[in-house]
Amino acid sequence: MTNAVIELDHLAKKFGDETVLKDINMSLNKGEIIGLIGPSGAGKSTVIKVALGMEVASGGSAKVFDTVMPNRQLLGRIGYMVQTDALYDTLSGRENLKFYGIMKGISKQEMTKEVDHAAKVVDLTGDLDKRVSGYSGGMMRRLSLAIALLGNPELLILDEPTVGIDPALRRQIWKELGSIRDEGRSILITTHVMDEAELCDRVALLLGGKVMAFDKPAALEAQYQVNTIEDVFLKAEGVE
Amino acid sequence: MRTIAIMNRVLKELFRDKRTLALMFVAPILVMLLMSVIFNTNSTTNVNVGTVSVTQKLNKEMGNIKHVNVKSYDTKSAAKKALNNEKIDAIIKKNGNNYSLTYANTDSSKTAAVKLAFKNGLTATSISQLKSALKKSTTGMVKLQAQLQAMQKQQAAASATTNSAAAAAAAKQATATKSTSTNNATKSTSQSTPKITNHYVYGDKDTGYFAKMLPILMGFFVFFFVFLISGMALLKERTTGTLDRLLATPVKRSSIVFGYMLSYGILAVIQTIVIVLTTVWLLGIEVVGNMASVVVINLILALVALAFGILLSTFANSEFQMMQFIPLVIIPQVFFSGIIPLDSMANWVSDISYIIPLKYSGDAVNAIIMRGSSIFDEGWNILVLLVFLVILTFLNIIGLKRYRKV
Repeated sequence: MTNAVIELDHLAKKFGDETVLKDINMSLNKGEIIGLIGPSGAGKSTVIKVALGMEVASGGSAKVFDTVMPNRQLLGRIGYMVQTDALYDTLSGRENLKFYGIMKGISKQEMTKEVDHAAKVVDLTGDLDKRVSGYSGGMMRRLSLAIALLGNPELLILDEPTVGIDPALRRQIWKELGSIRDEGRSILITTHVMDEAELCDRVALLLGGKVMAFDKPAALEAQYQVNTIEDVFLKAEGVE
Repeated sequence: MRTIAIMNRVLKELFRDKRTLALMFVAPILVMLLMSVIFNTNSTTNVNVGTVSVTQKLNKEMGNIKHVNVKSYDTKSAAKKALNNEKIDAIIKKNGNNYSLTYANTDSSKTAAVKLAFKNGLTATSISQLKSALKKSTTGMVKLQAQLQAMQKQQAAASATTNSAAAAAAAKQATATKSTSTNNATKSTSQSTPKITNHYVYGDKDTGYFAKMLPILMGFFVFFFVFLISGMALLKERTTGTLDRLLATPVKRSSIVFGYMLSYGILAVIQTIVIVLTTVWLLGIEVVGNMASVVVINLILALVALAFGILLSTFANSEFQMMQFIPLVIIPQVFFSGIIPLDSMANWVSDISYIIPLKYSGDAVNAIIMRGSSIFDEGWNILVLLVFLVILTFLNIIGLKRYRKV
């Protein structure tokens, strides 16, 4: 019995004849931020889908909270932010938050508090009653993140959360992610922004359906004898 | 709880999309108004009627009616030939006291016009016959009265010599004349109600094209819009990622399907009520049966359409691909729904209609609107619709497994 929140063990996934994930071994502990990096098409989204139980592993196993996925009830303990914004345009920000809140099983008494808190974190409190169709790209992204934060989930799975968010807000969001970690909650994050990868506790470099490297950012840089994660990424990809 | 929340959300989205909403409510009314105008304009159609051995008088009376031309033929075969060559639209043939009418019936409004012209012509003829009979009998009466007066005078003059025999004879004569005149009158009335038989070269006697189309049309609009809009809505959920996100919560797959059903069910009820009320009040279509039954059947049809739309939307990757289902799924339904008489098709073709939901709702609504059947008489049609609904709903709940495995 470990304190692993996500445990991927020799995970493989095939779509028809196409093998997307070959052999993924990875674990996410309590109170940890793990960054999942890799080029487009490396299988980052597939890892997330299997972890959420939207896809079933073709080989190996994916466990979340020590339970083999897929498992519907567990989803209430996971906050998920999709790559696309995934919002209902015709509804206001508050209505979006409330709707997803009900779906997550947040009680009526808790709802207002939860919605206000999530909105405050992403700095949307003032725009909560506007329709989403009038939001800017960055605002939509923030609302999308707020939805993932609803209900203080023990595990956050964020698929490229900071795309289209300006630097000041990005810093604020990372600060919030840091405090979530300090509360003992866990975060799995995919990103293309390499300086964000530096902020993660551990980074998994995904390439060709395999985890090429999985360690602390500093350890990875030492291993590849480079100064930044970006260089690790490029070196692993064989660009240099 | 979650089902209700999904229903509320879908309804909110729908009612904020004013254009789509307008499409659902205004478009059917507009199209039906147009159709009723197009299909019910017999006042301006010109019809040519061929007659065989019909009295000059009837010919003349019908010829006097506007937009009606009468041509007299010597034999039936000559008239038939003209009918086949589309020179005339109908043949009226007199057999003794009875009339036999043959309609080309390629245009139902022309058939209606001929029927009307014939009826009017016949009434006009019989009225003039009655008139002349009446004239005859009134002149007879006047004569009789004069005779009686003369006789009374005679009687008064010959009061001493009571010529009772002569008086009796005169009275007898008077009653006799009277009875013949009444006889004449009754004879002319019996002549004015001849037996009329109708024959149709094509189709059968429908009260009117639009009246028959209406129940099916109503179902069609409900089916079409619910199918399209619900299919698009779920497609949008899929492409924007909201479905993924929804399925990343502990919500049950069935809750999503039922949430959609409830919201679109409500919308379909409103839509059906609006359509029914429009057709009844604006177009003056008579609903013999219960209007609530019509709404119930259309509601079930809407749910079938919804389940169908959601199911097919999983096979579409864009809105345009969803539109491509219209010629594949919607248009064939119209052909087999009963708008085109099924008995005029080959057997194997008309058998296809058994898998068309619109046929069952059309049959049921038709019976309710036109024949006044109760909803319980249509149990079979409703049952088939419900079977469609259950199967499609089940497939949808299973189908969502594509996006989440539990």
